Amino acid sequence: MNASQVLFLVFAALTLGSALMVVTTKKMIHAAFWLIATLFGVAALYALLNAGFIAMVQLVVYVGAIAILFIFAVMLTRKDLRDSAKSLNANWGWAALFSALMFGGFAILLRQWDGFGMKEAGALPATDMITKLGTALVTPTQYLLPFEVASVLLLAALIGAVYVAATNK
Amino acid sequence: MTFWTDPFNFLFAWLSGVFQGWGMNEVLATVLVWFVGILLLVTFAMVLDIFLVWVERKVVARFQDRLGPNRIGPFGIFQPFADIVKLLIKEDITPIGADVILFNLAPIFSMMSVLLLWAILPFAPKMYGVDLNVAMLYLVAAGSIGTLSVIMAGWSSNNKYALMGSFRTVAQMISYEVPMVAAILVVTLMAGTMGTVGIVEAQQPFVPFWVYSPLALLIFLISAIAELGRSPFDLNEAESEIVAGFHIEYTGMKFGLFYAGELLHSFTFGGFIALLFFGGYRFFGLENLSPIVGAIIFLAKAMFFYWVIMWVKYTVPRIRIDHMLAFNWKFLTPLAFILLMVTALVNRLLLGSAWLVPGLFVSNLILIWLTIEYLKSQARKTRAQEEASVQSVAAEA
Amino acid sequence: MQNPWIYVGLFMIVGMLIPIAALVVARLLAPRKPNAIKQSTYECGIETVGDNWVQFKAQYYIFGLVFLVFDVETVFLFPWAVSLNKLPLFAVFEGIIFILILLAGLAYAWKKGMLEWV
Repeated sequence: MNASQVLFLVFAALTLGSALMVVTTKKMIHAAFWLIATLFGVAALYALLNAGFIAMVQLVVYVGAIAILFIFAVMLTRKDLRDSAKSLNANWGWAALFSALMFGGFAILLRQWDGFGMKEAGALPATDMITKLGTALVTPTQYLLPFEVASVLLLAALIGAVYVAATNK
Repeated sequence: MTFWTDPFNFLFAWLSGVFQGWGMNEVLATVLVWFVGILLLVTFAMVLDIFLVWVERKVVARFQDRLGPNRIGPFGIFQPFADIVKLLIKEDITPIGADVILFNLAPIFSMMSVLLLWAILPFAPKMYGVDLNVAMLYLVAAGSIGTLSVIMAGWSSNNKYALMGSFRTVAQMISYEVPMVAAILVVTLMAGTMGTVGIVEAQQPFVPFWVYSPLALLIFLISAIAELGRSPFDLNEAESEIVAGFHIEYTGMKFGLFYAGELLHSFTFGGFIALLFFGGYRFFGLENLSPIVGAIIFLAKAMFFYWVIMWVKYTVPRIRIDHMLAFNWKFLTPLAFILLMVTALVNRLLLGSAWLVPGLFVSNLILIWLTIEYLKSQARKTRAQEEASVQSVAAEA
Repeated sequence: MQNPWIYVGLFMIVGMLIPIAALVVARLLAPRKPNAIKQSTYECGIETVGDNWVQFKAQYYIFGLVFLVFDVETVFLFPWAVSLNKLPLFAVFEGIIFILILLAGLAYAWKKGMLEWV
């Protein structure tokens, strides 16, 4: 086992462990902070794969914006922020069954995939990577449509949020 | 390769050789040398931070027509050491009902988010921690860790003022991140890269990026001050309203970490202003003498912009929260994005021609002029409305 | 060892160790004599009334949402800005359309009065 494999295991354990804490911890706000640890672990995994851009996007968008929005939501909706409740309800058995089925299904599907044996592609020179990505985003034969649709999607999200907030006011 | 022409790599090769001489393999030796190097860099930052405490106190005193610390050592230079001793031996109080783990983690994260920025600061050619190709996103990401530390501190303190302060801070930091990123995008666009070294290298000695886009510099400066939470944007710790905001319950060294973090953060942002808009370590070819000279130039520029941030801080009074948010969302953000669009267009049209710099500069000036005209007309309209309402009230009475 | 993120990871570790060291030294040197008055919540000398974790204005959440949309937008714009100098002119207009669509969202929020604090 080489060093990068050890690092991978460490960060995978961090990600899974904190994900487990998100669903088991009793305080809402602690769950939010554990979620941040999970997201951070995923960012670290991206960084290990030398995908610096995705890792930074993960931090900027998820830790910097979405996690903060979660914390805002928790702080704004709960009367008592130390609110704690049972983390299981009556349907936990069904949930566990479906999760197990899903996991099993994915495991069977992935067993037939031959991608695991693939060697990792040699990394592009660091400066080229972002340029390539940017070019791909605005080239009509590549990802131009998704790029512009992303903008429309964001607009829809914003309008929806504003509409909901305006009607609640 | 000697120490004079390439100090970091020289030391790296030497120390790596020493470690390998002890029988380590190359990878381990590299990581260990990196570790030592980072330790030295961070220690340098912390020592500088101590010095910054003195600078801050001395400068604010001058702004307020006082002498400032002048008892301990020449010009009171040893004052910060006395401050540190005081912070170290002060009792550490954890308020009742505080969330102890988060309460202790918050100052550590706060300091760490600032120190992380030092990894990408290019002090001189070949003298930098790491040249990331996504350095500008890294800057934003490190800032979001700082935001988190503020939420942690505010929430875990079990104090209404602390919670209020942290909410204000977060609203402010996330709001001003938008125009700041837009200003960074303008620079990225002109440099054609996100890496810090690439941005510095893209600037000619006589025409750094502030000549290309003075408006971007202004937007970046304003939003950087807001990100730092310094006056006029210090609503997060408004003494007269919420005592000290998110760090109200912190004492001793934990408070010290917040305080030192703020100062170092300001200095680091001074460095970023220098590298984004004023050519970083470049100074009319003087940096070619030696990277060490370059590093001195860079630190001097960073110190100058740190002083500018202080100048603003001690001159302008605090603004109200609704003004703060309105200024950002109704003025700065649209302006920054309009600037981004204009710059993209002009930059692409004039690329490679001699008119690039004048074109960008003039387009900036036109944009500034249009903005001022628009603001004037808006202000007149508002004023006419106010006067009309006052007169109608007077007529009724 | 071509991965610069190992360096960043090390930087993060050291960046945490130094403040922790400062706190540990303080813990060793500082006196610790807690009592109930000293540890009570500080509200300028007045006794705390009610619960300390109070609910807040929903307005914060709205600004958070608007910010999130712009945050995601800038992420898309960074690769565009980096590669712009090597792209044909219409790529500039694609980026401008992208920004304009988002600014329309901001204008809508403004019009609806969502950017007002009170």
